[in-house]
Amino acid sequence: MVTLTHYLVLSALVFALGLFAVVSRRNGVAILMGIELMLNAANINLVAFNKYAAPGAIQGQIFALIVITLAACEAAVGLALVLAAYRSLETIYVDEINLMKW
Amino acid sequence: MTGEALAFYVIAAVIMASGAVVVASPNIVHSAVALIPAFLGVTGLYILLGAEFVAGVQVLIYAGAITVLILFVIMLTEGGTGLRFQQRNEQGPIAAAVAAVVAALLATGVTHTAWARGAGVLPAYTPGAIGQSFLGTNLLVFEGTSVVLLVCLVGAIIIARKEE
Amino acid sequence: MTQIAWIIPLLPLVAFAAVILWGERLPGRGAYVSIAGIVLAGVAGLAVLVEVLGGARADLTYQWVVLGSRPLVVGFVVDPLSAVMLAMVGVVASLITIYSVGYMHGDPRFPRFFAYLSLFQFSMLFLVLADNFLFIYAAWELVGLCSYLLIGFWFERPAAARAALKAFVTTRVGDFAMMIGILILFLHTGTLAFTGVFKGIEAGQLTGPLLTVAAVLVFGGAVGKSAQVPLHVWLPDAMEGPTPVSALIHAATMVAAGVYLVARTYPLFLLSSGHQALWVVAYIGAITALSAATMGVVEDDIKRVLAYSTLSQLGYMMMGLGVLGYTAGMFHLITHAFFKALLFLGAGSVIHAVATNNMKEMGGLARAMPWTFGTFLVATLALTGIPPFSGFFSKDAVLLAAYAQDKTLWALGTAVAFLTALYMGRLVWYTFAGAYRGGAAAGTEHRGDGAPGGTALGGGHLHESPPVMTVPLVILAVGSALLGFLERPFERFIHFAGVEAPRSSTTVLVLSVLAALAGWAAAGAIYYWRTVSSADLRRWFPWLYTLLVRKYYVDDLYGWVFLKAGGIVVWAAGAFDRYVVDGLVNASGWITGRLGFSLRYLQTGREENYLLLIFLSVVVIVLVRFVR
Repeated sequence: MVTLTHYLVLSALVFALGLFAVVSRRNGVAILMGIELMLNAANINLVAFNKYAAPGAIQGQIFALIVITLAACEAAVGLALVLAAYRSLETIYVDEINLMKW
Repeated sequence: MTGEALAFYVIAAVIMASGAVVVASPNIVHSAVALIPAFLGVTGLYILLGAEFVAGVQVLIYAGAITVLILFVIMLTEGGTGLRFQQRNEQGPIAAAVAAVVAALLATGVTHTAWARGAGVLPAYTPGAIGQSFLGTNLLVFEGTSVVLLVCLVGAIIIARKEE
Repeated sequence: MTQIAWIIPLLPLVAFAAVILWGERLPGRGAYVSIAGIVLAGVAGLAVLVEVLGGARADLTYQWVVLGSRPLVVGFVVDPLSAVMLAMVGVVASLITIYSVGYMHGDPRFPRFFAYLSLFQFSMLFLVLADNFLFIYAAWELVGLCSYLLIGFWFERPAAARAALKAFVTTRVGDFAMMIGILILFLHTGTLAFTGVFKGIEAGQLTGPLLTVAAVLVFGGAVGKSAQVPLHVWLPDAMEGPTPVSALIHAATMVAAGVYLVARTYPLFLLSSGHQALWVVAYIGAITALSAATMGVVEDDIKRVLAYSTLSQLGYMMMGLGVLGYTAGMFHLITHAFFKALLFLGAGSVIHAVATNNMKEMGGLARAMPWTFGTFLVATLALTGIPPFSGFFSKDAVLLAAYAQDKTLWALGTAVAFLTALYMGRLVWYTFAGAYRGGAAAGTEHRGDGAPGGTALGGGHLHESPPVMTVPLVILAVGSALLGFLERPFERFIHFAGVEAPRSSTTVLVLSVLAALAGWAAAGAIYYWRTVSSADLRRWFPWLYTLLVRKYYVDDLYGWVFLKAGGIVVWAAGAFDRYVVDGLVNASGWITGRLGFSLRYLQTGREENYLLLIFLSVVVIVLVRFVR
């Protein structure tokens, strides 16, 4: 019997994975991949809640759809930034991008 | 064990495994490709949860567009050669610890809450319901999202444009 | 006039304000305004004296402030004591101010001198009219201030600046004691007015040892101001000031303020158990008189001899008050004012002519300056107590009172009479007799007592001073000669109820005259006829000579104890300020700097660090919140 809790725990784990990727990877694209994972985890939450806690409204799935859309936008812009950074700084490793540091 | 539970655990294993590859692989291309099974696993979850339209959109957009986009950018930048080894920065251990604790806290909080069960039932044909909703109560959200899409489109083009 | 006597101090005060603000443009460069102020005050003072002789009295009080439930009443009193002081101060100060016109002629700060003189005259007149401790203390401080300003008038000379400071600080010690005494009186009687305090003491509000202590503390103020032992060290150094200042302040008036204070607060001393406070006064006076007279014998500076003489005579006055000779002490104060002022003015006249203070460089001035010599001689005879001059009457009044109370004090007093004649005779013979020993007189650079930039006088030959200086000398000489005959009226006028004048005794009178004549003879033997030369005496008693020249080492002792110890305290305070206070401030700055230096590494500029920090903080917060 799969309950809401299962889905929530799974989404928590996926979120942790995504967090780990964002905080500990050097490649800019890898960081963006981690962000995508986190967004997916949130989406799982939303849809699970929609089914188990509020099945009468379709709100959860609407929300998930919007999140997917915005994730796509954000991935596009983020990757464009990585490209632009690569073009001018010759690197995509974020710890080597230190022009404005002391 | 019911079929639903079996399906759930299998899909969960797929997601977790491919997620592990995504976050830990030293080869960036491997990470990017491992995204696909992860997203497909999430699609499976949506179907289990009765959100067919969302599942479809997930496959199209995530597994389709975003993964391809990521692969493109990997190719266009140096990551595609796979020459660099050190993919994890010096925060690795602490980050792992923090992530683990976050997961543990969330899990604990979630399992110790009594979630209320709402009234109603999922619609049988979700695309229709979603469509009705987008052009009905959620019209503003729909229109706003399309504006955002437009802006991001234009923005990404401008940022990634080659300087002449 | 008596009822509005409070106007009298205001006249020189107005003169002070006018001269200090517009001195140069006023007539006589300010001098005439100043003279007008004090002469008017002097005339008014004489008028008051006449009225008070006729029986008028005045006690003007008004409520100044209410402290809690007690009103503070202040005011002025005009009774025989203050009337005679008013008249004396007025007359002597007028003559000295007129004399100063000649003496200070050509000084670059001429108007300021007269302004300061007027301020001093205001303070002194205010002092003698005060009827409460508050006013007298305020006036006390004011005269101290004026003394400082006037001693250090030629402040370009470091010796003068040091002397002014020494005078101020030494009298301050006395003032502090006086303040404590006043506070004790106030605490026990609840009032600061003299009559109120005395009534309170008679009613028993303050008795026994505490009363004696309070009286002695108040006397402490007099010890400072009248330069008694042990606070006598400032008066000889104060001779760095111009001679009119020495005459006015350090001979006639300010130093007499201490004697006046004891007379004014006499009930304090009378009512102390066993007259202990009076014995303190008497013995301190006697010690001062004796030690000062011995130190005056070895001084070569003419003004310093006169300074030691003043010290000695003030001791006489204190001794007189101490042995219940209330009238005697006050009479000696009045006569002393006249002849001591005359002596100083005469010395100033001499200094003006020969441009030096050193008696060993003078001589033979009797022929060159007849008026100065004549008046000086009159004053000297008065001082040494030769009849029929005024000093004889007043000194013997003191000696008679001492004879009746304590033979030791009488013997000391007679010894002092001998020494007085000795050093004054020495002074007169050195200065006026024999041949002139000085070089080319009147150098163009300076006057004898060190005024920078004075006018040259008689480059090469000696002559008498101008009339503006000699006429006051003559007037004072008349006073010195004739005041003695007013002794009986004075006694009737100024006496303290319950203290009777001592019986006359021919033994005392004859012995005192003999002592004086012996002193003159000894002086003549050593310094004029040279039967025994002073060099021989110095050879026979070298230790005595050194002791006297080093002023009994008192100055050295004070310097060692107070200046060195004070220096150590000052150094410690400075070190504390530099290392502890500044150290704390500097340390806090240094710590902040080091903290910033090490904490800046937190700002890595790398957002993966920041993100980690955010999530770490979330974890910590949740853990802390929920695991409790």
